[in-house]
Amino acid sequence: MMSTVLPYLLSGVSVGGQYALIAIGYTMVYGILRLINFAHGDVFMVAGILMVYISASGLPLYVSIPLVLVLTAFIGFLIERVAYKPLRSAPRMSIMISAIGVSYTLQNLVLYITGGLNQYYPSIPFISESVTIGTATTKMVTIITPVLTLVLVIALVMLINHTKIGMAMRAVSKDFETSQLMGIKINRVISVTFVIGSFLAGVGSLLYFTNYTTVIQTSGAMPGLKAFVAAVFGGIGSVPGAVVGAFIIGICENIIKGLDVILIKAGLSKQMMGLTTFSDAFTFALLIVILIVKPTGLFGEKTTDKV
Amino acid sequence: MTNVQSVPRVKKPDRGVILTAVVLVLIYALVFALEQILPPTSMLFTVLKKGATYALVAVSMNLLNGFTGLFSLGQAGFMLIGAYTYGILTIPVAQRAAVYQYYDGGLVQFAMPVIPALILAGVAAAIFAFLIGLPVLRLKSDYLAIATLGFAEIIRSIFQWDKLGAITNGSNMLRLFPTFNDFNIKNAEGEVTLYLSTLVPFVIAGVCIALIVALIHSSYGRAFMAIRDDEVAAEAMGINLARHKQYAFCLSSFFAGVGGAMLAMYQNSVQAKSFTSAMTYEILLIVVIGGIGSVTGSCIGSFLFVACSEWWLRFLDQKQMIGKWEVPLLRNGFRLVVFSLIIMVVVLFFRQGIMGSRELPDLFRKKTAAKAAGKGAGK
Amino acid sequence: MKKIVAILLAVLMMIPAFALGENIVKIGVFEPASGDSGAGGKQEMLGMQYANSVQPTVEIGGETYTVELVYADNGSSADKAPSAAQQLVSEGVSVVLGSYGSGVSIAGSQYFADAGIPAIGVTCTNPQVTAGNTHYFRICFLDPFQGTVLANYAFSELGAKTAYCLAELGNDYDVGLCHYFQQAFEALGGTVISDTFPTGNSDFTSYLSNATAIGAEVFFCPVSIAYSTQIINQAAGQNVTFPIMGGDTLDSNVVVEAAKGTNVKLYISTFYQEGGSPEFDEGFKAWLNSNSEALTNNGGNDMIAAVSVMGYDAYFVALEALKAAGSTDSKAVNEALWDVTYDGVSGHIAFDEIGDAARDSAYIKTANTETGAWDFVTVQTVE
Repeated sequence: MMSTVLPYLLSGVSVGGQYALIAIGYTMVYGILRLINFAHGDVFMVAGILMVYISASGLPLYVSIPLVLVLTAFIGFLIERVAYKPLRSAPRMSIMISAIGVSYTLQNLVLYITGGLNQYYPSIPFISESVTIGTATTKMVTIITPVLTLVLVIALVMLINHTKIGMAMRAVSKDFETSQLMGIKINRVISVTFVIGSFLAGVGSLLYFTNYTTVIQTSGAMPGLKAFVAAVFGGIGSVPGAVVGAFIIGICENIIKGLDVILIKAGLSKQMMGLTTFSDAFTFALLIVILIVKPTGLFGEKTTDKV
Repeated sequence: MTNVQSVPRVKKPDRGVILTAVVLVLIYALVFALEQILPPTSMLFTVLKKGATYALVAVSMNLLNGFTGLFSLGQAGFMLIGAYTYGILTIPVAQRAAVYQYYDGGLVQFAMPVIPALILAGVAAAIFAFLIGLPVLRLKSDYLAIATLGFAEIIRSIFQWDKLGAITNGSNMLRLFPTFNDFNIKNAEGEVTLYLSTLVPFVIAGVCIALIVALIHSSYGRAFMAIRDDEVAAEAMGINLARHKQYAFCLSSFFAGVGGAMLAMYQNSVQAKSFTSAMTYEILLIVVIGGIGSVTGSCIGSFLFVACSEWWLRFLDQKQMIGKWEVPLLRNGFRLVVFSLIIMVVVLFFRQGIMGSRELPDLFRKKTAAKAAGKGAGK
Repeated sequence: MKKIVAILLAVLMMIPAFALGENIVKIGVFEPASGDSGAGGKQEMLGMQYANSVQPTVEIGGETYTVELVYADNGSSADKAPSAAQQLVSEGVSVVLGSYGSGVSIAGSQYFADAGIPAIGVTCTNPQVTAGNTHYFRICFLDPFQGTVLANYAFSELGAKTAYCLAELGNDYDVGLCHYFQQAFEALGGTVISDTFPTGNSDFTSYLSNATAIGAEVFFCPVSIAYSTQIINQAAGQNVTFPIMGGDTLDSNVVVEAAKGTNVKLYISTFYQEGGSPEFDEGFKAWLNSNSEALTNNGGNDMIAAVSVMGYDAYFVALEALKAAGSTDSKAVNEALWDVTYDGVSGHIAFDEIGDAARDSAYIKTANTETGAWDFVTVQTVE
């Protein structure tokens, strides 16, 4: 039984780690601005496209990877300045619509640049190689992803808990207006949040696209939505929560893709039920259940509803 | 509460209403006349048909997002239900074997006339909306948005599920059902004697939008707007929040379902795969461009949006020469870039959209009155 | 104001085309230039463009007409196809070529029918494209045939008794071909497990695990180029033991490039094998190499995709129809098409009463993972 399930678990842990890195960006931005940054998934996709074009220009990997991460962080910063900052006093719906607009713009821009064709991600040595664990063979990136994710998350939690900017972030997410009155430079805190979030999405895109190798303008949409669900699931605003949520969603999703076969092997089912059709839908079902049963998520704090 | 007054209760038809009626009659007459004169292959009719369809869907979304203040992103899901209900019920029995080729002709072995099927399409969407609304409408703003978006995705999966294939044709296309072109009146030789294929969607959308406008002007509509402006105050005034939200949600979905059926008629075929969240976003952007809280705005927004994306900006996608000089940047996809930049400008700098929350009659009233109405919504 | 200027500009730009006063006949190219099938659509278009450069004019009713190709991108998706089809209709094309992909062809079909414009399917293999109408023709083989050929090959030559079929949800081509493969394979006595994945999916590792878990001896995935490259790449990462098999969509240099340097065994069926017509091969390669944009659209090298050959033949079939009709009127062309015969690079083309060309052989190729090229295996026919 275990040997049947193992490959799905491996795939799940790998993709879960990648969702986690995206989910952190959602959860941090939501924590501070109460904004679902719909464009975040597209930032992740743009990071993938940047890597394709930068490595095609012939730069060595030790230059191109940092360059991609810096540029991705910068794009996150830019989006906030151009599309969200002017709307800071506008109703929440306006900012969300602006986020949808940014997402639409980024996708169309990439469609235009790439001509709407799949771009092939450069293979990064070492992490593209195959390894065998027990009965399953997989790429090195599958093993590296969860480890790297955990390291980055620990570093991030330290940053939030033990630095001045981290303290400012916590203050802003607790009470936006009061912290402004206390002399915290709100705009700087928000910018830093976007930079960190986008940087992590950039790292996530490196791992994700090394595994799945093609990038197209819509590549970010589904991972983005799922990462958002992960953030809600874990309790929006909570970094560890987002990570746990992402791993759970990644694993569930892959188990569902294999559920028919697992059931047949276990003798519980005779034929294929076509359950893979629901591999995406399941994530959303999970979201709705958690929203209704425990709207604050697994680790979320009870927030007072600001009228 | 100022917004409630932005839709004045009209006892006697005033100048604005009369002129509006005249304009609407003229538009319909023009559509009818153009269709008889211009060749039916003109891009104009494509735009008008799709525009009318989107107008209905955008107004139905506006009813929810603009008038009731419920930020829902489930529109594509309800359109899907409408489109499928229509398709499943109207495919002629003789064609079923061809459409349901992998499911032995499917389970449904009858075909309905178009109008009852359209109404049932709306009803089916409303029933689903009722069921979804029970748990979801308790959620606030962005949580509601993401939950409805999630439901739209779940609906899409259900309709694609192979085990329901005898009804939904699995993930495969539904087609060969009556379309707008079947409304053209033909003579014995099969030549068209009277073109109605554009007028019909205008009439369907017109009737539905008129119903929505009537609703907005009723006591229900005023309750919806009270909920939008201040839930707590509305509840204190004796408005049953849960019930009114549920009404708005089901009604909006009903019209989205009818709109979905119209989309199926426009597209000649329908497939669950295409009802993605991107479709919902498009409709939301139309509502924003037109002005959140304006029915007229949503209609104008739809036609502009469709005309730009299907017709006027098409030339941006092809290489163009001015004399010997090749215009730079123009190639496949540029249209969408220009288009999204225009949308971003509207979203960022013209948040009122084209109409703000004004309606067509407001435009014909004296300037001051129109201004006051505009101000009321601008708060 | 901006819009008015834009419209004026657009109108101004159209004037030169009319001002020349020469005879022009428009042929619509209904192909995906973007989306999942964009790469394949572009290669099919290359064949037409090359054909157009070889034969830019046609004699119709005693007068010489210049052929103008009018492009509409159907975006590989059934919901973008209607507006692309309408664009061609409103441009007043005499005949339409395309599309790569059966779903978009079916979605666009009714618009051409309503306007009385005939269409020549180039590589859309689903039977439903031409069935039940009188305006859609097709020059390639059909899925029941292709599915049977592949099933026979998998069962007899590869010795597979259990097959795992994977199709994209809602893609008429994939679903259809898997359906016919399954029918034929089960008729031979094999077992088939079929699965689907949602559009936009990029994680195929679990599907590969499924195939391994059920002990599949062949992995049949006749999916778009975009997905097949991912499947091959991830299969290589998992060191799978079963061969991967696909239909004509996989016949692309992009796919074989993905298999290069791995230990994946890949078999496909297709319409043409390089070397079938040395004259064509040479001319086409020279044309590709002289045109950097064309070379990019062909995936960066000058390997000949079968779809390009089919596009080339389709163009000449259209010219034959125009000649036979003696007019650019689309209805006359439609009438004439029934009797058109043409000996193309890919073989003899003549239409039956449904509008399909009679084709009785398919080429089986395998990916040479060392050279990154397709190796010819055999020609399969069924009685």
